[in-house]
This record gives sequence, structure tokens and C-alpha cells, in this order.
Amino acid sequence: MTAPRTPGADLPDHPDFLWRNPDPKPSYDVVIVGGGGHGLATAYYLAKNHGITNIAVLEKGWLAGGNMARNTTIIRSNYLWDESSGIYEHSLKLWEGLEEDLGYPILFSQRGVLNLAHSLQDVRDSVRRVHANRLNGVDAEWLDPQQVKEVCPIVNISPDVRYPVLGATYQPRAGIAKHDYVAWGFARRANELGVDLIQNCEVQGLDIEGGRVTGVRTSRGTIRAGRVALAAAGHTSVLAEMAGLRLPLQSHPLQALVSELLEPVHPTVVMSNAVHVYVSQAHKGELVMGAGIDGYNGYGQRGAFHIIERQMAAALELFPIFARAHLLRSWAGIVDTTPDASPIVGLTPVENLYLNCGWGTGGFKATPGVGWCFAHTVATGTPHPYNAPFTLERFTTGALVDEHGAAAVAH
Amino acid sequence: MQLIACPHCGPREETEFHYGGQAHVAYPAGNATLSDEEWGQFVFFRDNPKGPFAERWVHSAGCRRWFNAVRDTATHQILAVYRQGEPKPVVA
Ligand SMILES: Cc1cc2nc3c(=O)[nH]c(=O)nc-3n(C[C@H](O)[C@H](O)[C@H](O)COP(=O)(O)OP(=O)(O)OC[C@H]3O[C@@H](n4cnc5c(N)ncnc54)[C@H](O)[C@@H]3O)c2cc1C
Ligand SMILES: [Zn+2]
Repeated sequence: MTAPRTPGADLPDHPDFLWRNPDPKPSYDVVIVGGGGHGLATAYYLAKNHGITNIAVLEKGWLAGGNMARNTTIIRSNYLWDESSGIYEHSLKLWEGLEEDLGYPILFSQRGVLNLAHSLQDVRDSVRRVHANRLNGVDAEWLDPQQVKEVCPIVNISPDVRYPVLGATYQPRAGIAKHDYVAWGFARRANELGVDLIQNCEVQGLDIEGGRVTGVRTSRGTIRAGRVALAAAGHTSVLAEMAGLRLPLQSHPLQALVSELLEPVHPTVVMSNAVHVYVSQAHKGELVMGAGIDGYNGYGQRGAFHIIERQMAAALELFPIFARAHLLRSWAGIVDTTPDASPIVGLTPVENLYLNCGWGTGGFKATPGVGWCFAHTVATGTPHPYNAPFTLERFTTGALVDEHGAAAVAH
Repeated sequence: MQLIACPHCGPREETEFHYGGQAHVAYPAGNATLSDEEWGQFVFFRDNPKGPFAERWVHSAGCRRWFNAVRDTATHQILAVYRQGEPKPVVA
């Protein structure tokens, strides 16, 4: 006679933990504030490329529970200006080898992205962007509506809709990846290289002596730091204020949603700035759709329903086949937007305090690229050539990198 | 959907309004002599607090008038609304 079994007792062992959960040490060479994709990638490349391993990543919640867990995972590099091409294309090239580099599956899928044009001005801007991309060695094509239909058969190219599809730019090397796996892959490798990943550790103050940052005050005690690197996305303004810095950032809710699991119907990624929707189908089968930002400043990780209503109306006009799909859940993240829709990555007026922020609605695609460049900036005290244009000073000198056309609503 | 109390019309649905960002940002005085840094601050820099924030709204689908509100950006709760030209009320 066999003894009665406790339910669940036959389950396999817990899978291996991907990282330790150490208590903070009293002091580190580098403290990174924010355990999202950017903070984790920065830690990894600091260790891997620069041999700096006495690093803590401090995360107020759980690892990668901020925008990293909330984004729609679109990866592309077809931005307009040379400065943007530099950093986004560097990032895309890293994505292309990332799974091997991290030794961890990230479901990176280069299924291409279509950026739809709905007006004559859209068409002109898009064609210009295609040419600019080609000059920068970024793959880009202009497709007419029939060709759009060939790439993505479920797009409605009928002229009898409110915003007909007049064509699209197409970047075949663009795609999606699984955001959680990307974060865990970076976390796992950073941990192996000796980085301390410290969760439930909120930075509440910065110690500054004689114009130089010397440590951070946290919910788990004071930690001394040789250098402090901010990678706190939507909360960057709150942290900068602790150092007396005012930044040209506004934090907004940005919403997304998923459908229930469906058969594969959508082979690529479709984005439309004009009607404010972007859609792909995740590997498991859910349709992933993002909206535009909510208009007001907000730190609440939730947005208004009418934004979703508008986004769904746009999605249905573009994809009539979605009419009977059920919405499973929706959520919001807090995105840090800048006046020129480009990021701020570099030095600050406070010595040894480094800034990475302003990626707004589109920083997931930059995760490996910015990790690489920010690590260089922190390790050497000098911006990497790819982030050198993205200074804080540009809002004084006027050397803006205006990517509203390629980045503003869409990702 | 959130209700916003227009100081002229009373509570209306959020979709009737548009947002105008930080309130009480005056056009800089002595602007012929402003430095690039001062111009940069005026053009590009706005406060971005987590908590109470005095901000501009326009009742675009109603009386079409601008007014100010103090809203908590962490909870989205509106703490006060007041007409243009009135001083920012003290909220607890
Ligand atoms: C709905 C939505 C859709 C998006 N879609 C795309 C897309 O398709 N493609 C794309 O490229 N980008 C997209 N983005 C943008 C992208 O998610 C962000 O630009 C990017 O994730 C920001 O970098 P991060 O991963 O480091 O941020 P986060 O994951 O937000 O990391 C910042 C971390 O800092 C922590 N933190 C904050 N304050 C403190 C403190 N005081 N102490 C300690 N820790 C702190 C936070 O808890 C958070 O975990 C989207 C964003 C959202 C919200
Ligand atoms: Zn009114």
C-alpha cells in the first residue's frame, strides 16, 4: 500500500535560480540604480568589456518589473538621423548575436517591421527616412500597398477606410524578443561575473560631497559608491532631484494590452504613428498591441480607458480580422519623454554621477546597445562615440536630435 | 474614466479636456539678455514631480477655457481646480 501523496509533491524540483540575492555590501566601485533592462545590460558590459565587477544593481521592486516587463518588445533601427542610426543600429547588431553571447534563449525573431503611411506627408517623410536609413547602411525599403499586403496579408489596404494605407517602410531585420528572457539572460550573466543584484532596495537619497557623488542612501542602508549610474527610466526625475539636477523629462503613462492566445495570423510587426497603434503576435500566440502615451504626467502605472478604446478602433480598421479577439489584460508603464524624442546618455554636472534616461516609449530595442555604450561612459568617464550626441547639454546648445517622426508615438 | 471639475462648467469626463503641462511658467523677463542656458530652461525644462503638480488644462470640448489644477501625479487624484489668474491654492 502506498502512502497518500501530498498534492504537488511529484512536481520536479524548482528550476535553477538564475542569480543570487545577496545583501548589499557597504561599498561598491559602481552602483547602478534601476534593475530594468538598461541597468542589467550596463552591469553586464561593465563586467564583460571593462573588467569592473564590484558592482551593485539596486532595484526598488523586483528585477525587471518596470518598463522592461511592460513593453511591446519591438526592435528596429530605422530612425532618421545619423546620431540615432549609430546607437540603434549598434544595438540591433548586438541583438543579432545576443542569444549566443548570453548563452540564454531570448526568442529574438527578425520578422521585420512595417511602418505604415496614411497621408501624403507620411509618404514623403517615410520615403525620406528610407533613403536616410540606406545611406547609413540600415536595411530599409519602401513598399506600396500591394507589397504591404504581401508582407502582412491581414492588413486592410482598402482605400475606403478613414486612414487608408498608402504604403509603408519595411525593415526586414527588425523584430521582437521576449523581454523577460532578455532581462533574465543579462541578470544571469552579470551575476556569474560577480555583480550583486539587489532587489527591494529603493534609493532614497544621494550623498554628494564637494560636487561629487560618494554614495546612495537606500531602504536597505547607506551604500558607498565610486560611481553612480542612473538607469531608472520613468523615475529618473525623482532621483535627479536628489542630486539637485533638473532634467528636461516628463513622465507619462504608456499602455499596452494583449489578446487571448490565437493561431498564428500575424507574421510581422505593424506600426502606425498616424492612428496610434502597433501590433505583433507573440510566440505563444497573443496579439500584443501598444497605444500612444496618456496626455498627462503620471507615475501611477495605469492609464485612461479612452486611450485603449481609440487604439482598439484603429487596430480594428487596420486588421478587421481582430474583431472577435478577446482582450486578456492591459497595463501601463511610466515612460520618461524628452522634448526631441531622443534619449539622454552621458555625464552630469555632478562628478561620478552618470545619466541614462529619456528613452521614453522606445528604449527596449536599445537595451544591449545602451548597456554597451553606458558601460563605456561609466568605466572611462567619457561618452562612447555612439552616445556622445545624446548629452544633457544639447538642450542648451540647441543640438537636438529630433526623432518625433520616427519615434514619437511608436516604438 | 476620470471626472475633471472645470471651474466654469463643473465635473465633466476627461475626454472633454486637453492637457497643457506645468502651470505658472511665465515668459521670462528681460529676454533680450537671457543666456542660452536660461532660454534652454524656459523652452525645454519643466518640473516632473511624483506627487502634487500644478498644471494647465483646457476644456476643449466644453467652454474652451484654460484653467489650472493641482493633481497628484502618483494617484492621478485632482486636489484642486482654479481659474486662470487665481493663485495656486494650498493643498494638504
Ligand atoms: C507599454 C509600453 C510599451 C513599450 N513598447 C516598446 C517597444 O515596443 N519597443 C521599445 O524599444 N521600447 C518600448 N517601450 C519602452 C521601453 O520599455 C523602455 O524605454 C525601457 O524599458 C527603459 O529601460 P529599462 O528597461 O531599464 O526601464 P525599467 O524596466 O523601467 O527600469 C527602471 C527600473 O528602475 C527602478 N527604480 C526607479 N526608481 C528607483 C529607485 N529610487 N531606487 C531603485 N530602483 C528604482 C524601477 O523600479 C525599474 O525597475 C515601451 C514601454 C511601455 C511602458
Ligand atoms: Zn468648462
